[in-house]
Amino acid sequence: MVLREAPMNDPNTFTERSLPVIDTSSFHITREEGLMLYEDMVLGRLFEDKCAEMYYRGKMFGFVHLYNGQEAVSTGVIRAMRPGEDYVCSTYRDHVHALSAGVPARQVMAELFGKETGCSKGRGGSMHMFSGTHRLLGGYAFVAEGIPVATGAAFQSKYRRETMGDESADQVTACFFGDGASNNGQFFECLNMAALWKLPILYVVENNKWAIGMAHDRATSQPEIYKKASVFGMVGVEVDGMDVLAVRKVAQEAVARARAGEGPTLIEALTYRFRGHSLADPDELRSAPEKDFWLSRDPIKKLAGQLIERNLASEEDLKGIDDKIQELVNESVKFAETSPEPDPSELYRYVFAE
Amino acid sequence: MAETLFFNALRAATDEEMARDPRVFVLGEDVGHYGGSYKVTKDLYKKYGDLRVLDTPIAENSFTGLAVGAAMTGLRPIIEGMNMGFLLLAFNQIANNAGMLRYTSGGNFTIPLVIRGPGGVGRQLGAEHSQRLEAYFQAVPGLKIVACSTPYNAKGLLKAAIRDENPVLFFEHVLLYNLKEDLPDHEYLCPLDKAEVVHSGKDVTILTYSRMRHHCLQALKTLKKEGYDPEIIDLISLKPIDMETIRESVRKTHRVIIVEECMKTAGVAAEVMALINEQLFDELDAPVMRLSSQDIPTPYNGKLEHLTIVQPPQIVEAVQKIVEMRI
Ligand SMILES: Cc1ncc(C[n+]2csc(CCOP(=O)(O)OP(=O)(O)O)c2C)c(N)n1
Ligand SMILES: [Mg+2]
Repeated sequence: MVLREAPMNDPNTFTERSLPVIDTSSFHITREEGLMLYEDMVLGRLFEDKCAEMYYRGKMFGFVHLYNGQEAVSTGVIRAMRPGEDYVCSTYRDHVHALSAGVPARQVMAELFGKETGCSKGRGGSMHMFSGTHRLLGGYAFVAEGIPVATGAAFQSKYRRETMGDESADQVTACFFGDGASNNGQFFECLNMAALWKLPILYVVENNKWAIGMAHDRATSQPEIYKKASVFGMVGVEVDGMDVLAVRKVAQEAVARARAGEGPTLIEALTYRFRGHSLADPDELRSAPEKDFWLSRDPIKKLAGQLIERNLASEEDLKGIDDKIQELVNESVKFAETSPEPDPSELYRYVFAE
Repeated sequence: MAETLFFNALRAATDEEMARDPRVFVLGEDVGHYGGSYKVTKDLYKKYGDLRVLDTPIAENSFTGLAVGAAMTGLRPIIEGMNMGFLLLAFNQIANNAGMLRYTSGGNFTIPLVIRGPGGVGRQLGAEHSQRLEAYFQAVPGLKIVACSTPYNAKGLLKAAIRDENPVLFFEHVLLYNLKEDLPDHEYLCPLDKAEVVHSGKDVTILTYSRMRHHCLQALKTLKKEGYDPEIIDLISLKPIDMETIRESVRKTHRVIIVEECMKTAGVAAEVMALINEQLFDELDAPVMRLSSQDIPTPYNGKLEHLTIVQPPQIVEAVQKIVEMRI
């Protein structure tokens, strides 16, 4: 067995695990599907860019974790699910999961501005996006604590079906978290329960190689996270998280398994964040060659190339989408800016159910 | 129902609520086939199946989070803590997610969840199994905290807790499971937020909860013989505190003693004293007294354990002292 040397934070080097090669050229997609995926990813990207701008202009506060670079995971998984029916559970890096789940951009932006019109009524903030109507179970600010909650939502589907005779209860839950979270006990405890009870859930690890400043290889004894599924008798798959078509394919298969009552899947998407951990992070540990390597694998550019190559869209089509989405994002800022703050008389509202 | 043991009263409450509402289910360690460590869920799995009486792995934080997720998506879970102390491992899920999530989500989700089980100091169980946890959870926003003390209120309160739309921490006491009481045959609920006047009197208000209620009643026997007439109030709700009932009593007695099994430092009594000082200072004819357990890990040795917890003679003494006090 060859032991890999732990990277020593040398600014000029980086180690890269061999990326899973899936030839997506044979995956059939329609023009409509392709454009839908493209639009969702562009929305994620432009929304986050706008957040950075607004943060630096002092319009939003606290810790703001952007999703740039990881869009193919959110879009690939959530857009393979049933909107408003299936459940999505996120972390503090949750804006884009919320958008893919259908929460209107203006509600997410308003939440970031702390406004009453935000999806969490201005009570949650960047790390706590929730929407009952969109079945977004939330952004969870403590690492790994969303995993049990998502597992509970999946348990609920099974419970309704099996004890309440509700045949329509075939909802699947997608639970997103990071490589860092996969070293936490809640991850292992929940994999055990989900496999034991065959719960309809997708555990989606977004392995972006870093947990703030902790390199994944320095934090775990087995860096190939998807392999951890096997000890629970669970399906574990590795996927190129920069290729939305590959992620979509893997997600569709996992969703089908879950709906058929065949239990959970652990999906490890190999991805990268194009910005620091949060907007407060100076991002000094990641090497320039590593960043360049991943920047050259931009998932949006990749999909654009695939769509053009397959003659599913033209440059102009895509440009048209970019412009439309930029307009939508700009509008979300206007909406957030002009929205009212929460009424001080409602300080205590929502502590308890009315 | 005639004479019913405490644990059977809790069992009946669970059974009735499960029969009434298919969304209600129990989960925890050994709640199913084993019947629960104090037999509160005995044989319920035979009636309701393994999914509704769910034996979980020993993974407190995760199964508590699972229950939160199930509650958010429309079920009504009852978690049994095999011993409430084990829920220290679930502190994160209880505080962040059960307690705060409704608020953080701006009302997007409700969390109808009961977390119940044996708490308090038993007999020589050692420090870890003899915790006085109720104070640890006091500061968590969004939780209701209830302590039952008799078979009657155990049943009525548990049923009310299960029907409540909020997360309720429901404390039972290890040494009370074998109490017996005649229970009504008809269905009844007890309000979660109301203190219970256990004995009315006029000399002094004794505020207590859980097992200490019975210590106070024991002290009452002696006190009556000596001509004292204390009012004993079982707080029942440890959060929020029923200040209405306390106010009424203090307006009559002008003296207060708080008797708790909790630690003195930042205990339940500390909070109640603060509330009384804030709201009822003008009514007081003497400083509020508190009898709490000692600020130490509960010792194993029987004599030391006895010394750690408030005993009835101390209550008698405190009443004698406060009633004589003149200011
Ligand atoms: C329980 C807990 N411990 C520590 C933190 C601080 N923290 C926030 S994000 C993070 C790293 C998580 O990395 P990973 O799971 O890989 O997710 P990523 O940020 O890369 O998306 C840490 C340590 C936290 N939020 N919660
Ligand atoms: Mg990471």
